[in-house]
This record gives sequence, C-alpha cells and structure tokens, in this order.
Amino acid sequence: MSEKHHIIPVWFFVGLLLFVYGILIFISGIAELSHPPDTVLSNLHAPVWWGALLIVLGGAYLFLFRPGKNA
Amino acid sequence: MSPLLATFLAERLVRLSGVDLAIIVFYFLLVLGIGFYLKRFANTGEDFFLAGREMTAWVAGLAFVSANLGSLELLGWAGSAYQYGIMAAHWYWVGAIPAMIFLGLVMMPFYYISKTHSVPGYLKLRYGTEAAGLSAVTFAVMTILMSGVNMYAMAVVMKVVLGWDINFSIWVSSLTVGVYVAAGGLFSAIFNEVLQFFLIWFGALLIPILGLIETGGWSGMVARIQHNFPGQDFTHMWAPMGSFANNPMGIHWTGIVFGLGAVQSMGYWTTDFLVVQRVLSARDIRSAKLAPVIGSFFKMAVPLIVILPGLLGLAVLTNPDGSHMHLVPESAVQAGQHSYNEVLPLMLARYCGPGLLGLGITALVAGFMAGMAGNVSAFATVWTYDIYRPYLNKNAPDKHYVTMGRWCTLIGLIISIGTAYLVMNFASIMDYVQALFGFFIAPLFGTVVLGMLWKRVTRWAGFLGLLAGTTSSVTMFVLMKIDPERWVRVFALSPLAKGLAQDMYQALWSCVTCVVVTVLVTLVTKPRADEELVGLVYSLTPIAHEEHATLFHKPVFWGVAAMGIFVILQIIFW
Repeated sequence: MSEKHHIIPVWFFVGLLLFVYGILIFISGIAELSHPPDTVLSNLHAPVWWGALLIVLGGAYLFLFRPGKNA
Repeated sequence: MSPLLATFLAERLVRLSGVDLAIIVFYFLLVLGIGFYLKRFANTGEDFFLAGREMTAWVAGLAFVSANLGSLELLGWAGSAYQYGIMAAHWYWVGAIPAMIFLGLVMMPFYYISKTHSVPGYLKLRYGTEAAGLSAVTFAVMTILMSGVNMYAMAVVMKVVLGWDINFSIWVSSLTVGVYVAAGGLFSAIFNEVLQFFLIWFGALLIPILGLIETGGWSGMVARIQHNFPGQDFTHMWAPMGSFANNPMGIHWTGIVFGLGAVQSMGYWTTDFLVVQRVLSARDIRSAKLAPVIGSFFKMAVPLIVILPGLLGLAVLTNPDGSHMHLVPESAVQAGQHSYNEVLPLMLARYCGPGLLGLGITALVAGFMAGMAGNVSAFATVWTYDIYRPYLNKNAPDKHYVTMGRWCTLIGLIISIGTAYLVMNFASIMDYVQALFGFFIAPLFGTVVLGMLWKRVTRWAGFLGLLAGTTSSVTMFVLMKIDPERWVRVFALSPLAKGLAQDMYQALWSCVTCVVVTVLVTLVTKPRADEELVGLVYSLTPIAHEEHATLFHKPVFWGVAAMGIFVILQIIFW
C-alpha cells in the first residue's frame, strides 16, 4: 500500500498535456499570422494568446507537481 | 455505404491539419502511457475498484463531475439548448446542484461508513440480496447500454465532423479505453477523467468567448435570436413554464421541479454508481462529503461551454449563401442540413483553425472515451462484487476478483461495441438515455433514500418497492411509445408534453410508485433489529462532525455557498 503514496500526481499529467498543447497551438498561431485561416474572428489570432495561456498554466502545473518534489 | 452516409462523408465539417492530428495522437499516447504506469498500483481489489480509497477531495470531485461531462452530454445538451433554449440549463442547475449537495452532506456518510464497494453493495447491507441483485443486474444492463450509446455517438460525430469511418472510430477508441482501464482500473479512469475535465474546458471555452465577441455580448446575442426566431422565447428559464404550450420544451414547471429536481436528478446523482464510485474513492469521510460539493461549483459553470454555444448557434449560424441556418432533428436531416446535435462541432469549425480545432476535437474524443471508461469501470465493479462474488464464486482470493475485474472491463467493452451497432437505428440519442435513467434510477432513489432515513423499512419492502417502481417505469415508457395520443396526456398531464417532459413525469411516477409500495409493504412486514442497521440508517449511525474544523474547511459551509449561487442564477435567468 505504501507504494501508492509515490504515484505521480494527476496534476503533473494535466500540466504535461496543457504545456505540450500550448506549444503546438502557439506555434501554429504564429505560423498563421501572415495567412489567417478561413474562420470567423481569425483577425483576433486566438491560437497565439490561447496557446500562450496553456503554456503558462501547463508550465506552472509541471513545476508545482513535478515527480519527486515531495520525496 | 448508405446514400446518407455518403452525403455526410462528402460534406464533412472540417479537415484536420498536421498539428491537429499531432494533438489527437499525443492524447492517445498519454492516456495509454498513464494506464501502463498505473497498472503497478492496481493490485488489490480496493486499488482496482476504488482507486485505493486515497483520492483527495479535489481529484474525487473533478472525477465525479467529469464522469458526467462526456461528449454525449456536451453534444446532446448543446443541441438541446439550440432546440429548447436556455431551459436546457435546468439539467445543469435544478437538475444537479441540490442533488449533489444532498449526496455530499446527507448520503455520502452512509455510503462511506458502510465501506461498500458500490450502491448495490449498500442495498445488500441494508435490505439483503433481493434488492441488491435487482439493482446490480439493472445497473449492469444500463451501463453497458450507456457505453454503447457513447460509442455510437462518438462514431457519428467523427463521421460527420471529420469523415472518419464509423467502424474505425468505434474500435480504436474502445481498444484504447479497454487497455488503460483493464491496466489501471479506477485509478486510470479517474486520472483520465481529470485530464478530460481540463481538455473539455480549454477545448470548448473559446467558443462562448469568441461567440460573445461576435454578437456584441449577451444582449446582442438575445437580439439576434429574437430576430432569427421571432415570437419564441429561448432566453428565459422559468417565466415560460406556466403552461405546456408556452415553451419550446412543452413542459410545465411541476415537471422540472418535481420530476427533474426532486426525483430524476436526485436519483442520478445520489444512486447512479458510475458517479458515486468516484466519490467512494475519497481518502476520508470529509473528502467524501466535500467532493460532490466541489463538483457542484464546476457543474454550475458547465452551461457556459454547453448551453451558451447552443444559444450562440441560434444567433450566428449561417448557410454558405449567407442565409440563416436552421438545424433540424436527427431523424429529419436531409442532404445539406445539419442536426441539433451538430451545433457544437459547427461552432467549433466556425471559430477554430488549425491547432485549436485539434484541441476541440480531442476534447470531444476524450469526453467520449472517459464516458466509456466510466461505464466499463463501474460495470466491472458491479459485476465482480455484486453479481459474480455473491452468486457465482463467494470465496475466491482477492487477486482472483481483480483478474475478474480486468476481464470484465474487456468483455464489457465488447458487449458495448455490440450495443453501439444495435443503437445505430435509434432516432434520438438523448431521449434514449433519458428513458434508461427513468427505468432504473428514479425508483432506485426512492429505495436508497427510504432505507437511509427510515429504519422501519423492511427487506421485502425494499425489493418489492424497487421492482414495482422499475416495472411501472418500463410500462409507462412502452405505453407512451405505442399510443402517445392516449397515454401522454395521462402520464405527462398534457398531450402537448414532449419527449423530455414525458421522461420527467415518468421518473416522478415511478419513484412515487416505488415509495408507496415500499411504505405499504413495510407496514405489514417485520423490521430488522436496530443493531443490524448501525452504520446504514440515519437515526442509528453516529456521524463524525467537524467541530474542530474552521468554517472554510466544513463541507456544509461550501454546500450552503453553492446553493446560494444556484438561487442567484435562477433569479438572473428567470
């Protein structure tokens, strides 16, 4: 039973997911700055600021819940 | 290939780019990796079926609300919001919040103190094997059917939105879910439900944000809806419910308050083992009480990403020629048209380009897979502990039951796949799901809550009440389907009552039937001795109170706060 206390917190995986997705979305947002997609309100460049938000949140979760932090 | 399917394939809503596919593939790899990682921790029955009972209130609370936040929910209720307006939010507010608070503050202590593995397990302790067996079998049937519905819904969405083959979607998602749940049990299911919670929020939240920017805020959206649908009220929750004829749902406020609020939601949130199992994984009784309360705050916010996109669809969706787009029921879709259930993907395609589109699609896929995982993990628990162990193999070692749980997960998925192919011909997904809830959940609530609050209720009263309630529910459903002109006015109180309204009254009468039969049988049968009911009944169970906890650490404080916000929301959108 004691081994269970060493499970990596689910929040770490949440951070990993958000961080990786943030990078992918941010990069695609930068890439389409000069050629916006054919979507409504594409002039707002949502992928850039949404991707940045995911990177910041994901990074924070990765840092705060990194494996071995409380070991 | 049918002509209709060929049309859909030709008219897929979106095309994914490389970055979208990378986002989807990363999700599949991550959940499989988590499943294999968690396998080493799921060795005992308590580990596999109850995640070791060591989840924090936050994890249990998010998994609790997430187990109900599948894509069927997202697509179905966004479609219902387009069809019925903001009244669909009743299923998130009056149809959820009071029940979640009631579960946390009143019922959870009994589930937790009795150390049961499941809701049928509680019934076995309280009433005996008859009521527990009936509940276990009906629940097992319901979860498998639900899982099949989930698969079918996912395959349809993938077909319509992406043009993916229906068989490919069903088998790839099922195999992935089968592998990670069979490996890590409830650990895997809960971890992925928490991931799904974040995915759904970050994948869907941009739709209401960009939608409100496009319409110029709430008032701009309301003005556009009134322009597109003159004379119809889509933006008030209670005001149009004075009569069946005044609202698009065809329901009276009594159906919402008593059918939905007092019976169906109480039944679902307090006795549906799929959601209760998540809370049973909490590490102590305070966490178990707090988890549903935490979940209630997030549940209250879900209309932002489900109901609001449906309303925005009424305001902004247009055809390629610029004319206003009218979505239609699933059964009436012609070439070039879209159904209500497609409103969310349509809105996603409207605002989201490469990257964001992949995130939104992944959120939908994750929701479907988490829904399947929830169903099969609950099925495996109920089959193993409430059917297999008591009736087929009583004295096997713990490891044997864990192995049985792993095999059940895979067998449950295979049966679900069969169910998915069976329900392909069913017209309305949501009506089907609501009907299932009505059959089993509403009477079960009567049986469980009477057993918890009244020590006099007897073994046979519990069983016969549950049987009568379930039978009456099935009978009402069949009669209203066979001869709606005759029976809808009888059971749903008006010939104008539509599908969801019929379900609400069906749930109400089946619960009333259960309670009446339970009380009558109780009065003519012999009750159990008090000492046998300690830990199972309110008046005989010492419940630890948090006298020494600060106000902010008491579940009751947050429960009252949630109810306060709930009341304010009703007034704002009255």
